[in-house]
Amino acid sequence: MSAFAHPALSVRGLCKSFGALRVAQSIDLELAHGARVGLIGPNGAGKTTLVNLLTGVLPADAGTISLEGEVIDKLKPEGRVRRGLARTHQINTLLVEESVRDNVAIAIAERERVAWSMLRYAKAWRACLEEADERLREMGIMDVADRRVSALPYGQQRLLEIAIALALKPRVLLLDEPAAGVPAAEAHHIHEVLERLPAEIAILIIEHDMDVVFRFARHIVVMVQGRVLKRGAPAEIAADPQVRAVYLGRSTV
Amino acid sequence: MNPAWHALPWLLAIAFYFTAGGYLSLGTSILVYILLTLSLDLALGYAGIITLGHAAFFGFGAYGAALFAIHVNADPLLGLVVATAVTAVFAVVTGMLILHTQGVTLLMLTLAIAVLLAEAANRAYKVTGGDDGLQFTMGPVLGLFRFDLWGQTAYLYTLVILFVWFVIAWKVVHSPFGRSLDGIRQSQARMRAIGTPVWWRLIAIYAISAAMAGSAGALSAQTTRFVGLNTLGLLVSGIAVVMLVLGGTRRLYGAFLGAAVYVVVQDFAAKVNPFYWMFVIGGLLMATVLFLEGGLMEVLDIGRRWLRRLLRGSDPT
Ligand SMILES: Nc1ncnc2c1ncn2[C@@H]1O[C@H](COP(=O)(O)OP(=O)(O)O)[C@@H](O)[C@H]1O
Ligand SMILES: [Mg+2]
Repeated sequence: MSAFAHPALSVRGLCKSFGALRVAQSIDLELAHGARVGLIGPNGAGKTTLVNLLTGVLPADAGTISLEGEVIDKLKPEGRVRRGLARTHQINTLLVEESVRDNVAIAIAERERVAWSMLRYAKAWRACLEEADERLREMGIMDVADRRVSALPYGQQRLLEIAIALALKPRVLLLDEPAAGVPAAEAHHIHEVLERLPAEIAILIIEHDMDVVFRFARHIVVMVQGRVLKRGAPAEIAADPQVRAVYLGRSTV
Repeated sequence: MNPAWHALPWLLAIAFYFTAGGYLSLGTSILVYILLTLSLDLALGYAGIITLGHAAFFGFGAYGAALFAIHVNADPLLGLVVATAVTAVFAVVTGMLILHTQGVTLLMLTLAIAVLLAEAANRAYKVTGGDDGLQFTMGPVLGLFRFDLWGQTAYLYTLVILFVWFVIAWKVVHSPFGRSLDGIRQSQARMRAIGTPVWWRLIAIYAISAAMAGSAGALSAQTTRFVGLNTLGLLVSGIAVVMLVLGGTRRLYGAFLGAAVYVVVQDFAAKVNPFYWMFVIGGLLMATVLFLEGGLMEVLDIGRRWLRRLLRGSDPT
């Protein structure tokens, strides 16, 4: 059966509590193939937690997640990644002692299953390095390929987060505030990169800049206190009085 | 690094064989310590496994080799291989129990396993000889070379095994597998996000490292034809960590430098004053940690750079 018979990602009744704090209260979510969904909501709404639940970094209390029809609830994070679910982090999570190129190459080695090989070095690894250069060129950060990540400006580190996720050749990509903490001038470059992401990847983006979300996403989900408050087309969401009250009141959409 | 430098430690080790005289057995124990420290560099240095339990593997290999020689077969190489393999299996089992933890928790668990094993060996005195240890005889290496009174066979046998392990370690840390260990040390979250089975990867390197430490223990038992409870003692774990930090982590050769300097300084300082050699080692360690981030290997690096500049300066090409 074709994989297209199922949505790329489907979430039903996902629940999670930290003690008394209910951060996910029966969340439903669906990403079609090539979807562009924006997830918005105030700080502490549970957006990052949702990403952590989807990727298996946190165990869910209840609910079910399927990737192209396959239930992945029982899979560890690495198993989910191998089936095509990749993410970026709200706070950079990079190998800071490594070069930019090696950060990407290490991910490619993992994807290509050569990361278990202990006694072969040159050939397999060289292929990973070459492909890493391609990814860096796409991101426009090839000129800093040899630089140690710890010596890299924050904006370029954000691009590297995305480059690594793309190097995994995901079918579903979860972007957790890709431009967070980046000055406006550099954020512009990140947003350009987002526009050029491969059309076949289903993308969920968490983003605070409303202009960006409303331009990028064709469907928007509004989350408040662990619950989905509203979902719909950007125009609908922008016009919704309830959404404006809790979230967009201070924004200029 | 210029490949010629790789020959240096081995040439020194061979030169030592011809010039050591009465110090040859001290040389053998340095080689054993190098192997133990090298094993720790893989687990602690590269993979970031915080451990004070490598004595468990050292002792496991030592008793394994002794018991195998006494009860099964006195062939050294066969005994070495068996002791090494058994130690690796022990590491897989204990590693599966503890390697999902990190930091101080992991440190405590490695310590606990070492203490439990030492106490078990103490209780099982019928097998281990308890406080008296075990004395035994070994057959000739490859059926040809007897362990002689001057320790010549012991030295060369240990040197060859160290060389084999060094080549393996070098390949492992420079392989894609080794690169993933570098990643795990820096950020387990990052590695999970790219699909690394972190736990299994750690178990694998823990087993390789333990096998190496087991080999070191087996060599120590075989070359002295004696094994005692001290091989399982916490002091062994501690000394290995000190040697590694002293020489420099994640260099492999740091193990060589750290172990050699430690044993030589201890030997000399103990002759000058048998009570105060610990002060010398302690002072050396403090100076290294405070002033040399990369251990004593950094001194060598500085020397090498200086030498290169000197050669280039005198050479018009
Ligand atoms: N590991 C955790 N343990 C306890 N509370 C947490 C944990 N992670 C997040 N939280 C809390 O859950 C809530 C949602 O956090 P988060 O998902 O990061 O929100 P968002 O990404 O929407 O800003 C916050 O109140 C946060 O403090
Ligand atoms: Mg967040």
